Amino acid sequence: MSDKKPKDDITGVETTGHSWDGITELNNPLPRWWVLTFYACIAWAVVYWIAMPAWPTISGNTKGLLGMSDRRQVDQEVAKLVSSRAPQFAQLHATPIELVSKNKELFQFAQESGRVAFAQNCSTCHGAGGQGAKGYPSLVDDVWLWDGSIQGIRSTLQTGIRTDHPDARFSQMPSFGRDKLLEPQQIADVTQFVLTLSRQPADANAAARGAQVFATNCVACHGAEGKGDPLQGAPNLTDKEWLYGGTAQEITTQINLGRGGVMPTMSQRLDPATLDALAVYVHSLGGGT
Amino acid sequence: MLFKNHGIIERNSMILLVGILLVVSIGGIVQIAPLFRIEQTIEKVDGVRPYTPLELAGRGVYIREGCYTCHSQMIRPLRDEIERYGHYSLAAESMYDHPFQWGSKRTGPDLARVGAKYSDAWHVQHLINPRSVVPESIMPPYAFLEGREIGIKDVVDKHIVAQTRVGVPYTQADIDNAKTDLMAQADPNADSEGLQARYGGKVTVRDFDGDPSKVTEMDALVAYLQVLGTMVDFKTYEPMKAENLR
Repeated sequence: MSDKKPKDDITGVETTGHSWDGITELNNPLPRWWVLTFYACIAWAVVYWIAMPAWPTISGNTKGLLGMSDRRQVDQEVAKLVSSRAPQFAQLHATPIELVSKNKELFQFAQESGRVAFAQNCSTCHGAGGQGAKGYPSLVDDVWLWDGSIQGIRSTLQTGIRTDHPDARFSQMPSFGRDKLLEPQQIADVTQFVLTLSRQPADANAAARGAQVFATNCVACHGAEGKGDPLQGAPNLTDKEWLYGGTAQEITTQINLGRGGVMPTMSQRLDPATLDALAVYVHSLGGGT
Repeated sequence: MLFKNHGIIERNSMILLVGILLVVSIGGIVQIAPLFRIEQTIEKVDGVRPYTPLELAGRGVYIREGCYTCHSQMIRPLRDEIERYGHYSLAAESMYDHPFQWGSKRTGPDLARVGAKYSDAWHVQHLINPRSVVPESIMPPYAFLEGREIGIKDVVDKHIVAQTRVGVPYTQADIDNAKTDLMAQADPNADSEGLQARYGGKVTVRDFDGDPSKVTEMDALVAYLQVLGTMVDFKTYEPMKAENLR
């Protein structure tokens, strides 16, 4: 740019030297700082290409001199997090689960970790506070379909209920109505009988007929007195706790369909120590003995 | 040199044309060439398979109902997301997704690993009336899915064929048996040997919506949701191997 450019007399600004019909064009170049920043950006791009993973190649991509990897970075962060909790989880897992409550500090740790794991994995079905819903057992009372002891809860978490796990807890009430195992009249009768079990008002004649149906079809699981059997997950029919509702209509529907819920195999998603924490937390909500 | 002599280029249209083509093709190559080698971005993992016909039908419902506008299927490699949702998503996990369902916004939670997390009955009840199980939910109800039978003809004659056109390796046998496989997966009493021979033993065969009398869109959608994120065996996957790093 050594050429001497003519200047415009009025503004004092260089002109481009082009002139049309006596009109000349002023030359106002970009500010120097702007141009330098622009060149610096281009230079930075070249540095970035070399330092960071960037260009695709035939068999992969350039890895960059710094060897940066999002996945390695997050792996380190997760490892750091895990190791920060590791001693307590290890202690929790090593302690026999029924003795955790004896160690105040460990119990508190199990409660807190269990509460967080519950919120993420269990509350969608069992409710934010474990109160349950129709079809989803309440965990805050002392009525348990299956073993409600702390080891029993731990075992349910391990295997799930009605899952593919080989040791899963499994019970299946027959669909008496849908599969035509009982006549509609028999189902109506046995419904009345079941109402009497929990001391609800019922038609005495129908209930008497229903007692026969109950004796041949239901006692194997629910027991002669209808008190259920936690070993095979058969609910107690004499109390006021109903999984699918306790009105005549709801009982009839259940006899018709024989529904049973599925609890996922939580050991497929969560590590053993987290399951221990969950068992401690759930047991503290309302575990049975 | 070029700065001083740009007049030559501007005054010769052919030279200008060659110059333009040169510049444009650089941009084109930079953008397009990597796409020819896209397969190498996919990790080699065990377990990922094409969707079964029933799952594919469910995926169709998922897309039709716009689930992706509120739910992502992409767990990013960030510590807190891994804590909440599980292992970050792999490219391999959506390699048979056409179009992919990564989503761009989470009004609801991420669904990339929702499979096997809840029971089928929970999904059905939640889709019929979300508030009955999650009181604070703002998800709209999809109760009508329970009454709509699957458009089997569309799935069998069109969806699977369309998927093969974009590179999903369905075999001719898969296509020929699509209808049988679709019906068999929703019926625990059906003979599912063929289905499991074609799609692997991990395929779940259940009456997903609790109504064995017909195969509905509810069956399909729940079957699809229950397989999400469950295909890769993370016990054998080595995330820190050089070829798996990104």
